[in-house]
Amino acid sequence: MTQLGNDEILKAVNLKKYFRIGKDKKGPIFVRAVDGVNFSIKYGETLGLVGESGSGKSTIAYTVVGMYRPTSGQILFKGQNIGMEAVRRPLSLKKEIQIVFQDPSSSLNPEQTVEQILSLPLRLHTRTPKRQFKEKMVELLEKVELPSDYLYKLPLSIGGGEKQMVAIARALASNPSLIVLDEPTSALDVSIQAKVINKLMNLQKELNLTYLFITHDLSLERNVASRIVIMYLGKICEVADAATFFEKPLHPYTQMLISSVPVITEEEEKLKPKKIVSIGEIGSPVNPPSGCSFHPRCPYRMPICSEVDPEMIEVSPGHIVRCHLFSRPEKTDSKGV
Amino acid sequence: METKENILLNIKNLHVWYRVYGGYLKVLNGVNLIVREGERVGLVGEAGCGKTTTMKSILQILPPGDFLIPKGEIYYKGKDILKMNFSEIQRLRSKEIAMIFQDPTAALNPVFTIGTQIGDVIKYSIALEEKKVYKEKLKILSARALKEAYLPDPERMLVNYPFQLSGGMRQRTCIAMAISSSRNLLIADEPGTSLDVTIQDQILHLLKEIVEKMGASIILITHSLGVAREMTDRIYVMYAGTIVETALTKDLFKNPVHPYTKGLLASVPKLSGGGIARGIPGRIPDYLNPPQGCRFQPRCEHSTSSCVENPPQFFEVEEGHLVACYLAQR
Amino acid sequence: MRNLSGGQSNSPIAVNLARPKSLFWTNLGRNWYKFSRNPLSIIGLVIVLVIIISAIFAPWIAPYPEQAGPFVDFENAGQPPSLQHLCGTDNMGRDIFSRIVFAFRGALIMAIVVLALAVPPGVLLGLIAGYFQGGWIDTVIMRITDIFLAVPPLILALAVASVLEPNLMNAMIAVTLMWWPWYTRLLYGTASSIKNEYFVIAAELTGAGKFHIIFREILPNCLSPIFTKIALDVGWVILIGASLSFVGLGQQPPTPALGQMVSDGARYMPIFWWMTIFPALAIVLILLGFNLMGDGIRDMLERGMG
Repeated sequence: MTQLGNDEILKAVNLKKYFRIGKDKKGPIFVRAVDGVNFSIKYGETLGLVGESGSGKSTIAYTVVGMYRPTSGQILFKGQNIGMEAVRRPLSLKKEIQIVFQDPSSSLNPEQTVEQILSLPLRLHTRTPKRQFKEKMVELLEKVELPSDYLYKLPLSIGGGEKQMVAIARALASNPSLIVLDEPTSALDVSIQAKVINKLMNLQKELNLTYLFITHDLSLERNVASRIVIMYLGKICEVADAATFFEKPLHPYTQMLISSVPVITEEEEKLKPKKIVSIGEIGSPVNPPSGCSFHPRCPYRMPICSEVDPEMIEVSPGHIVRCHLFSRPEKTDSKGV
Repeated sequence: METKENILLNIKNLHVWYRVYGGYLKVLNGVNLIVREGERVGLVGEAGCGKTTTMKSILQILPPGDFLIPKGEIYYKGKDILKMNFSEIQRLRSKEIAMIFQDPTAALNPVFTIGTQIGDVIKYSIALEEKKVYKEKLKILSARALKEAYLPDPERMLVNYPFQLSGGMRQRTCIAMAISSSRNLLIADEPGTSLDVTIQDQILHLLKEIVEKMGASIILITHSLGVAREMTDRIYVMYAGTIVETALTKDLFKNPVHPYTKGLLASVPKLSGGGIARGIPGRIPDYLNPPQGCRFQPRCEHSTSSCVENPPQFFEVEEGHLVACYLAQR
Repeated sequence: MRNLSGGQSNSPIAVNLARPKSLFWTNLGRNWYKFSRNPLSIIGLVIVLVIIISAIFAPWIAPYPEQAGPFVDFENAGQPPSLQHLCGTDNMGRDIFSRIVFAFRGALIMAIVVLALAVPPGVLLGLIAGYFQGGWIDTVIMRITDIFLAVPPLILALAVASVLEPNLMNAMIAVTLMWWPWYTRLLYGTASSIKNEYFVIAAELTGAGKFHIIFREILPNCLSPIFTKIALDVGWVILIGASLSFVGLGQQPPTPALGQMVSDGARYMPIFWWMTIFPALAIVLILLGFNLMGDGIRDMLERGMG
């Protein structure tokens, strides 16, 4: 039975989520969205999850929050096993874990006013009496710096950034401990993104929140996350704290991703690893390549890479890589760290 | 400063209004933009600033009946597009200017094969000159176009449907369609935005290579300053329907002058860390009743009374670097 | 920014947060703008208003209101259209124009009653089946719906009418029975696609109960197709009602009914053409008016750019 460290609010142990999409002669066909993932989130930190499409990052978010049930493996939240769909979870758990989706135009009911949107979590999760609802809502709006007359507005008369603020206010309404943010600013412009991110960071300090922050924008993740996990085709490639992740990326995929980021200053250019032009398409999570799933696109691939899936190796405290380049010397002919 | 000889596209003082309930949305308020032969020009701006409207005006694909162009001209190779008749515009769309749309999935018809769709483009452009187009010739030209966009196995690709292709391949198909007939000016609207970063990287480099090889000009519309920095020679920064600043790319990043440009640059998260600036306070103006003067004034911390009364004209800060701001003139 | 600390209910907040009333009028203006983009919609609206006003004020609008009831005047029977009788007279000497105006009443009453009875259960069943898509509830509801839809409408109405006495009330019952399944089908499709939207998922994840999800999250998003369909359906219900009265079911003489008037006049064709043609044109007019207006309503309710 896995234990949570004292400072861990969430822990995933060998988490797998497969989606069955049919079958052929050999048996059922699965999309291996999440394929054996181990990570933990500490109280008060922001764990960044990055990857491209098919990486499984959104699936992990949705499994944590209860949209999916794990195929196997465990998720522990404050010691409890939460590996089940939201409908089966106790209300007290639903209160604790909230999610902010990417597109506020579809995550807010277009036929409900802000007042109605906020009243749901207030009604379910707090003991606020009905006559104090409006007050509470104005408080929530103030927390996200929206004026009180927004209560009667419909989402269509609110701008994108402000809609996302409403979504954040909704998430805060139940006083959660953990908020999952799935690309919360990808649909927003850069200047509005800055506002929203700043607000999120301030709220985190003010309310002692823990964030699971998912994005494909590496520059954003650099400034938001304290630790970063990068995924490819359902498996973790590398885990490191934010500074190390960008200053000393070890996994070839990490290097490839960072080197593709368009930057705007010379300083950042120098920081980027040598340009690795990505070859070919992203692999398919239905039929992932054998051995290390990244090997077809890897400029450093060795014969062993197409045969054996590498193990997760802790190269230095807190810095974990899954790559044969860093395997223990007694196991393979490695290139060394 | 500008040699008149090799200007390909010249948008002069373009105003575009959309008709809505309550009046007109005065979206474009005097856009000035020049593209020379072989140049890579970036148009940078956030949502709602009018960049898509500007591009749609060039190709005359604004929603019919619902818009008005009270002022302005768009000169292409010396002729005003806004005064062209239908067949001239068709010729323009077919042989001169092509647009690559943002979402390749929406830009491809899901019920026709790739071969049919790219064949249609080629057939139409050839049909303007020759009366009959043979199927075999069409196939060869289609496959060749796909090959130029580095699509693997082009002959087999012709019989595929869009749903069988990945996002990156669909975008390449759209690019192939654009370059198969039109060769002088490409307009790429947020290319690769809907794709993954590594694939977007590939697409941007493909565009770069194609443009160099063909000697074409390209207008790259994007909200990402990083992409603009890597891919363009000159940039126009757009806000609320006006160009607020334009400069050679290297000059813009080294020496931004307009408060909006500076605010934008500060809001971009840096790979080197250091947190994110607070963004730009306020929101874009209500196009139904836009400010009389500078449209950025309500959000600007340096505003003065002249900013409120009159929209600022372009002021040359250094060679090739124009700023529409009274601040620049001090 | 205000500073709140456990405020009391007579704090200034209550005053400032009164729902703004002007919002309704602004929306009316915008809705009219959307409705009137297509001039045909306005024509439809005018036709509909004329019909409704004629029905309500029939005794004052019809030139010979008494002829819409038990009345005979064989001397005046079979008169062609003239200034005294705009649509001529029928075989019993009654003014056809007046009878048409009174027939509007029965038509509209039928439409109102049928839709009022058919729409709520149809919508409810469709919502429930759509939300529980894939389960046994879905199967039971939708297969029953399919059975009702499989029976040709007129046959169903005739069957019902043959069991019950022929009169207006029973005609309405018959039409209601064949009308509700269309709403179930409509809602089934709408609800099952809306339930996958992120805002519904967000409500489920936070613990909302099924009642809340179905009626507070999903239903409000279904209202546009429902109201559009109702507007269009008025014409079609009236048409089916006319078909019933054409074969003698429905409104019984001497109360005028459009279908019955068409049927009565048919045997006098082609010499006394006005006895059939004018009632038939009235039916066409009703259908046209409601269809055009319905298109306008759909434009108005569509979510799009202002």
